[in-house]
Amino acid sequence: MPVGVLALQGAFIEHEQILQGLGVETVQVRLPEQLAQVERLIIPGGESTTIGKLLVRFDLLEPIQQRASEGMPIWGTCAGMILLAKEIAEGRAEGQPALGLMDITARRNAFGRQVNSFETNLNVPALGEEPFHAVFIRAPQIDNVGAEVETLASLEDGRIVAARQAKLLATAFHPELTGDARFHELFLGL
Amino acid sequence: METSTFTTKVGLAQMLKGGVIMDVVTPDQAKIAEEAGAVAVMALERVPADIRKDGGVSRMSDPEMIQGIIEAVTIPVMAKSRIGHFVEAQILEAIGVDYIDESEVLTPADEENHTNKHNFKVPFVCGARNLGEALRRITEGAAMIRTKGEAGTGNVVEAVRHARTMFAEIRRLQTLDPDELFVAAKNLQAPYELVKQIAELGRLPVVNFAAGGIATPADAALMMQLGVDGVFVGSGIFKSGNPAKRAKAIVEATTHFRDAKMLAEISRNLGEAMVGINIDTIPANELLAQRGW
Repeated sequence: MPVGVLALQGAFIEHEQILQGLGVETVQVRLPEQLAQVERLIIPGGESTTIGKLLVRFDLLEPIQQRASEGMPIWGTCAGMILLAKEIAEGRAEGQPALGLMDITARRNAFGRQVNSFETNLNVPALGEEPFHAVFIRAPQIDNVGAEVETLASLEDGRIVAARQAKLLATAFHPELTGDARFHELFLGL
Repeated sequence: METSTFTTKVGLAQMLKGGVIMDVVTPDQAKIAEEAGAVAVMALERVPADIRKDGGVSRMSDPEMIQGIIEAVTIPVMAKSRIGHFVEAQILEAIGVDYIDESEVLTPADEENHTNKHNFKVPFVCGARNLGEALRRITEGAAMIRTKGEAGTGNVVEAVRHARTMFAEIRRLQTLDPDELFVAAKNLQAPYELVKQIAELGRLPVVNFAAGGIATPADAALMMQLGVDGVFVGSGIFKSGNPAKRAKAIVEATTHFRDAKMLAEISRNLGEAMVGINIDTIPANELLAQRGW
């Protein structure tokens, strides 16, 4: 079965290109019938408020939660991580929908506005010794992780930017914007 | 750690793809746009339709007003500077806008030079009518391109013309022999390295949105099917009968741009669209797309 990339809004084509480069078939998910065709799902970077609202309008929120409870692996990058998080540090705005699947507290725009967006090399033991070049754009961070959650990467100052909980993966940065496919391979192995 | 690299500048635009950026003139409008699902708002004092009607010199908006909009929403906020007015751009950068639109909708401040956008940490989007114009803006440091269209008309014809022109010129480059790209660069009045890159990629190296005259969900889907990455809607929303409903519909149409059944559903009962203007009734010296070069 192919890998789904949520295609309501955001950088979904970039994820598809990396997956296709790995020889994986992809499906753009905009409606529940497309979700039914996929065995795993990536929620791309984009605007989390936009994607959250469209998840509800196109009846995808509950079906994704249902599939997650049946063990479908899900990876959220940036906006996707905010949607996966159970808690948002500053609180979720009233009426802002989210999947709330992963036992983490995410903080939106944790590094400031666009002029504070940055690139850096991350040490990610789960990917081996070679550092991972990570691009952070108006990025969130993870303030707290639950007992079941494994931290995969932190910045030098200790702020958590990647984590895994069973079949769920969250990254505050954008592996779809750099050529390095190692996070995609990690996700395909979940 | 490196901040504000070209990758992060282009990267923000990549995160806006498949989305709608809406012109707003008050914090309340910004909230309506965010609630409808806009991926960003463009903060300005007057929408293009009013700029067209009022005439006079049109400038950067009051920082106080832009600040109010920044505080009202969590999505990115863009604002416009005049072409070549690099001090307006410095001010916009200082108040923390996420993207600057160096825009032909405002009265140009320099009739020869655009702003040197490499001098800024904040990214820029610029309008273009064709590939040469787009490549000159990218050379000056633009991290995102949009069609100019003809702003404030509610008439999509110019946006279609500019998108078709740009994509046809890109396709033509792909058919050329590598030896012919030097002359192609000369004819496009653009750097050879960039022209060679376009011929290889088959697209611009930055995100390319549609703008200027988009007023309906069908207009947005038309531009998406022509191949743009997302849409700007200026006067089309808050000059219509039911802005909240129309804004939501244009967002939905941009997501489901290839699904005619969904588009039919989305387009129902939206109330009055903005009253459009036929381009050939506008005096040539009032055409905004002619500004910039």
